[in-house]
Amino acid sequence: MNIKKTALTKSIWVFHISAGSCNNCDIEILDCLTPRFDLERFGIQLIGSARHADALLITGAMNRKSVPRMKKVYEQVPKPCVVVAVGTCACSQHMFRDSYNMIGPLDEILPVDLYIPGCPPKPEAMISGIVKLVTKIRKSK
Amino acid sequence: MKALFDYLIFPGFLFSAVIGLLAGWVDRKVTARLQWRVGPPWYQNFMDIIKLFCKETIVPEGAKLTFLFSPFFGLLSLALVATILGRSIIAPAYGFIGDLIVVLYLLMIPAIALIIGASSSKNPLASVGASREMKLVLAYELPFILSIIVVIIKSQGVIRLGGIVEHQMAFGSNIASISGVIAFLVALICVQAKLGFVPFDASESEQEIMGGVLIEYSGLPLAIFKLTKAIMLYTAPLLLMTLFLGKDLSPVFAVAKYIGILVVIILIKNTNPRLRIDQSVRFFWRFPAVLSLVAVVLALFGK
Ligand code: SF4
Repeated sequence: MNIKKTALTKSIWVFHISAGSCNNCDIEILDCLTPRFDLERFGIQLIGSARHADALLITGAMNRKSVPRMKKVYEQVPKPCVVVAVGTCACSQHMFRDSYNMIGPLDEILPVDLYIPGCPPKPEAMISGIVKLVTKIRKSK
Repeated sequence: MKALFDYLIFPGFLFSAVIGLLAGWVDRKVTARLQWRVGPPWYQNFMDIIKLFCKETIVPEGAKLTFLFSPFFGLLSLALVATILGRSIIAPAYGFIGDLIVVLYLLMIPAIALIIGASSSKNPLASVGASREMKLVLAYELPFILSIIVVIIKSQGVIRLGGIVEHQMAFGSNIASISGVIAFLVALICVQAKLGFVPFDASESEQEIMGGVLIEYSGLPLAIFKLTKAIMLYTAPLLLMTLFLGKDLSPVFAVAKYIGILVVIILIKNTNPRLRIDQSVRFFWRFPAVLSLVAVVLALFGK
């Protein structure tokens, strides 16, 4: 395992986009950083600017208003970065799939690396998802 | 050759960067413990820097050339400060007359580099951050310099760092008097602002202006800024230590004093909310400036 991959997986700065969620997923994301779960143990930090991000956490149902802006943010993130779809809304549109305002699930818009289903997903589910992703990245190549 | 070694390795760039990153870890760990969390492992800050080196560097459209240059100015000048300070602690007789003044000037450059970089990035939030940083510099520089004038008065007008250390070795630390205590407290608060720590981090506030001055930086330049911050976390408490607590600078005492000052700074950081920029300017010009003037007068009377 080379140093670059170690560094990339040991220090993940997370930028969080809400593309029209009901705000429950967002609260669960913040739960991961509280003393009970404390993701800073693994170097995971929530940061303020998309330019510093290594992972995009995208929550909510993709609608016509938010998708162009979300794409813009994705283009601003320095690569390599991973995209995580948090919540059933982002994974598969959930109960909004027949709505006139929906564009489609997240993976039809951006390349998604990790799906975390749940409404909202538990912090444990998110942590286990991140662990799986990190192991996958470390094993790759 | 010797000078180059001093500048690049010990006690200059490499040494101060490593110590600074470790001090940054102490900061994060103490913060985490105070919030009842576990906190990151000790190598976390090194990982952050290496990761930033591996990432893409994005230059926003319309940014000036200074966008890429200014981080390096800050880093180079701060490494020079670390070298001068380290040399005058190891060998107080070494050094040149007026190096204290050079150090004061060089310590200001990282803030100026931040301002130049932010304002050449063409981002409105960055320019808000830059203007806040500028006001903060104007606010804390005056009390900081006044409190250092107290030190100069107390050591009979010596403006050589080694000379100040030698004077303290002979006559006791500068902090052991009323004016010394006042000046030390003022300088400590100013260092808090110099480091950009809460309560004076309005220029970088993550929540309201999304990283402020650093908002457009990514990859290598961001890593350089993080390194500059780390070295600042090493040099600023070290400067306080040499100026005010310089009686016994043998390695064990020096490390203990450095960690003591660092922990006090971290505790101030963790027990205060962020001040608005107007509140911090008002605070600096009311209390620390007046207090440091009082300290200067007391020092002139030999108190
Ligand atoms: S998945 Fe559920 S909790 Fe998350 S945004 Fe959608 S509706 Fe809200």
